[in-house]
Amino acid sequence: MKTLALTALGPITDIPPGEGRTYAVDGEMIAVFHLRDGSLRAVSAVCPHKGGPLADGQIDNKVVVCPLHLYAWDLATGCSQSGQPSINVYPVREDEGRILLGE
Amino acid sequence: MAVQTSQKGPTGMTQKLVVIGNGMAGARTVEEILARNGDFSVTMFGDEPYGNYNRIMLSNLLAGVETEEGIFLNDLAWYQENGITLNAGVKVERIDSEARTVHDSNGVATPYDKLIIATGSYSWTPPMKNVHNPKRGYHQGVFAFRTLDDTRGMIRYARDHERAVVIGGGLLGLEAARGLQNHVSHVTLLHAMGHLMERQLDEKAGQMLQASVEGKLGIEVITNAMTTEILGKDRVTGVKLADGRVIECDVVVIAAGIRPNTEMVANSGLPVERGIVVDDQMRVEGQRDIYSVGECAQHRGSLYGLVAPLWDQAKVLADHITGTTGVAYTGSKLSTKLKVAGIDVASMGLIAPERDEDEVIVYNEPKKGIYKQLIIRDDVLVGATLVGDNSKAASLIQAFDRGTALPEERAELIFDIGGPAGEVAPAEMADDAQVCNCNGVSKGAICGAVSAGCKTVSGVMDKTRAGKGCGTCKPLVQRIVEWANGGAAEEDPAASWYVPGVPMPKPELMAAIRKYELKSVSSVFDKLVPGGQHDAKSKMGLASLLKMMWADQYVDERDARFINDRVHGNIQKDGTFSVVPQMKGGVTTPSELKRIAEVAEKYQVPMVKLTGGQRIDLLGIPKEKLPAIWADLDMPSGYAYAKSFRTVKTCVGSDFCRFGVGDSTALGIAIEERFQGLEGPGKMKLAVTGCPRNCAEAYVKDLGVVAIDGGRWEIYVGGAAGAHIRKGDLLTTVGSAEEVIRLTGRFLQYYRENANWLERTYSFVPRIGIDRIREIVVDDSDGIAAALDAAVEEAVQSYKDPWKERAVPATPGQFRTSLPLTVLPQVPVRS
Ligand code: SRM
Ligand SMILES: Cc1cc2nc3c(=O)[nH]c(=O)nc-3n(C[C@H](O)[C@H](O)[C@H](O)COP(=O)(O)OP(=O)(O)OC[C@H]3O[C@@H](n4cnc5c(N)ncnc54)[C@H](O)[C@@H]3O)c2cc1C
Ligand code: SF4
Ligand code: FES
Repeated sequence: MKTLALTALGPITDIPPGEGRTYAVDGEMIAVFHLRDGSLRAVSAVCPHKGGPLADGQIDNKVVVCPLHLYAWDLATGCSQSGQPSINVYPVREDEGRILLGE
Repeated sequence: MAVQTSQKGPTGMTQKLVVIGNGMAGARTVEEILARNGDFSVTMFGDEPYGNYNRIMLSNLLAGVETEEGIFLNDLAWYQENGITLNAGVKVERIDSEARTVHDSNGVATPYDKLIIATGSYSWTPPMKNVHNPKRGYHQGVFAFRTLDDTRGMIRYARDHERAVVIGGGLLGLEAARGLQNHVSHVTLLHAMGHLMERQLDEKAGQMLQASVEGKLGIEVITNAMTTEILGKDRVTGVKLADGRVIECDVVVIAAGIRPNTEMVANSGLPVERGIVVDDQMRVEGQRDIYSVGECAQHRGSLYGLVAPLWDQAKVLADHITGTTGVAYTGSKLSTKLKVAGIDVASMGLIAPERDEDEVIVYNEPKKGIYKQLIIRDDVLVGATLVGDNSKAASLIQAFDRGTALPEERAELIFDIGGPAGEVAPAEMADDAQVCNCNGVSKGAICGAVSAGCKTVSGVMDKTRAGKGCGTCKPLVQRIVEWANGGAAEEDPAASWYVPGVPMPKPELMAAIRKYELKSVSSVFDKLVPGGQHDAKSKMGLASLLKMMWADQYVDERDARFINDRVHGNIQKDGTFSVVPQMKGGVTTPSELKRIAEVAEKYQVPMVKLTGGQRIDLLGIPKEKLPAIWADLDMPSGYAYAKSFRTVKTCVGSDFCRFGVGDSTALGIAIEERFQGLEGPGKMKLAVTGCPRNCAEAYVKDLGVVAIDGGRWEIYVGGAAGAHIRKGDLLTTVGSAEEVIRLTGRFLQYYRENANWLERTYSFVPRIGIDRIREIVVDDSDGIAAALDAAVEEAVQSYKDPWKERAVPATPGQFRTSLPLTVLPQVPVRS
């Protein structure tokens, strides 16, 4: 997987709790999710099934469900729960209210 | 006697088991070993980059009756949970039996103590000119039919093409041809032999089958058709036959037979004839620690190309390798069924008598396409062929497998004489009679699961895999589970839950929500789910329920909504949205039409379309443009995206129509006006029609109103004409439009409160029963009518047009794009 340089994406308040937003970072499209437990997850934004926008999917504290055909991926590992290819996961964290992506 | 020993190696260490081939036989053998608590550290190699899937179901995947998700047997998590190292997408290139290692395509050497070879088969390509492209492998547009990737490729390609040719008229070829009809308009099946399925059917049966395939399915069949060449330079344009005929086509699927994958094994110096030679313990000849199972193995001179024998082999090998002595595989008897809807074919054993004394029973009814032939030797069934009527297949397969004595009255074997038609009674089945022919599950195994405490049909299916292959045995599995439970199967508790993530049926859930005053979706998870785990797939159903229960007091967490309800449009395949403005009763005005036209032009809307719900759809709108479009349209949302009240279709009615006996248009508009936006467990689609000619299709709506002579209105409920077709039940007949509106509200509220999530009225009404619904809604026998009326009134009052949420987004970035639209499949622009 491609590693990303540490990038600040903006305030965490840009992503409402339980939702996701897409960011274009260094030529990659990345979906960042703000979990209801307060933590952040970042994965590739494009669904490997048929290109669905994962940031528009519904999530819980474990998985994201693609809005197009409702396949699910583990947000921490990127593994599919339904035999689809995995999605990339990226390190992401909150630092004083900012979203920090990469390492 | 079976004796248990340990599988620890000489040093007492856990032994290393390596399995080459992660297909149906390889994975099943590992499952059987795990089930026997075999103490191995397992490493598997699979050429295909997936977990283990049900290859049989590729036919159904192609036919569009199964999803990819549905055909997986073991996903990657299963391997993890069982501590199996899976090298998916990695090919083993050599076995070094001296050094006891296997060498793979990544250049890695993996040592083993025990090795299982389960490499299966590959699809054989008959010699034909131009079938391969030197650079790409197969010529563009030419496919084999063996793997998930083959099937995906075929579907992707066929979708944009018109005419397909399938080479090979066996089981696989027929299933491929049927499946391709789902994607292309014309399919031709070419078979090199004189009749279809010649290995399982005699000539007569083959001809009957051909007549059905051509007549019923519309697949063109050409027999004695030896394909010699694929035509076309860059892409396929046709195929040429030995007699010079050319069949035009743009897709070719080769299903001409299979050959075992043995090359690597032979090159490694192991004994290979037609297949890898094994003994009765599935041990490779001359080897102590190498085994082989599945289609690649040759046992007592036989190769098998069906799954049932592999299950038997897997069991014997698992017993043997985990230390049970005295087990032996002695070969399998073969029976097959064709998985093509509408065409029944079953075949087992001999297809023609071999000896003079063989008794042959034939029944033939060409007009109906029915042909049945039995071959009996010494009072035992040694062969059977059924075409056009499979009702006796189960009992014949049982008699064939077990070699049981046959009834004096031979006709009983082919017809149901007296007794209930075609149903085997569980009580009469032998314990080892096979119920699921795909996964090799016997009646005894099903009963075993039930007595081990698994009392539900779905639980037994998960545990034993019965019914999880082609699915044709599900009704029998259900009957056996019920019988083993002494009557009825217990309901799967989860099946009664309102949503999968909260373990409660709807009434209990509603009571708990009321008791604890839970007004947001997250509070329901926190309070009512043991461990407080949230569940993405339950959020939408809970949001709908809470909104229904609390109306204005509902605490709206936006993440509980599906994307459509967050941005009030319907998401499309390319991530854009569609916008359907309200058009009550299908009635519009010139100025409204002009506004829609102007918006469509201004925003270059890719498609403007009349919907099946009598309104206009603007399709292909990027998320970020939605608020501006709503502002310009300045019409209310038509709710074409939500699980909610949708439309009221109307006809022109008494105002214009010479037959109209009631003002259907006015009533339809009034109903839509009142109940617009009302959320529910499922969509609510209504219609009002001006006379029983029913031009507005009111008999097949969730609620349909029909004007009848004398100023009266009939109200029908529970109708449908979507995925299910059902004529609605007459709820009652009333004398005024006001009465229609009142009862409509009351019925809809009763449905909202009592239906399961996603249960449309076409299931709900028959579940409750129309008589009971009439008692409650019309006669008020339960005394709840006033409460229902009040509740729906409250919901009506709390309606807000969601498209007003445009000046200020409800959440940060509500309308921000989620994708670069260029990487998506583009929706074509129609001018
Ligand atoms: C736009 C429209 C087709 C059209 O161009 O005419 C349509 C489009 C969709 N229908 Fe429909 N249905 C449309 C009229 C119908 C009708 C006819 C009608 O409403 O009179 C039916 C049969 C009646 C019924 O509802 O049973 C219909 C039965 C379905 C079904 C099957 C429901 C069922 O349980 O039988 C689905 C699937 C579902 O709900 O799960 C469905 C699902 C869909 C979805 C929402 C699929 C989806 O989830 O994305 C389609 C959205 C396409 C898109 O990309 O926007 N659509 N759909 C029609 C919109 C009508 C409107 O103005 O609101
Ligand atoms: C479309 C279709 C429909 C079918 N329908 C039916 C049916 O209705 N009833 C029925 O009984 N049977 C049916 N079959 C046949 C059935 O699927 C096979 O009998 C069964 O899959 C054989 O199992 P197997 O494990 O021996 O081989 P496979 O399932 O083919 O598994 C072998 C695996 O080993 C892998 N492999 C091969 N060589 C290597 C290597 N060197 N290194 C690593 N991996 C390797 C292959 O990639 C493959 O994944 C159908 C088959 C197809 C294709
Ligand atoms: S029938 Fe409905 S769901 Fe199916 S493609 Fe057409 S619009 Fe989509
Ligand atoms: S595109 Fe994501 S599940 Fe189909």
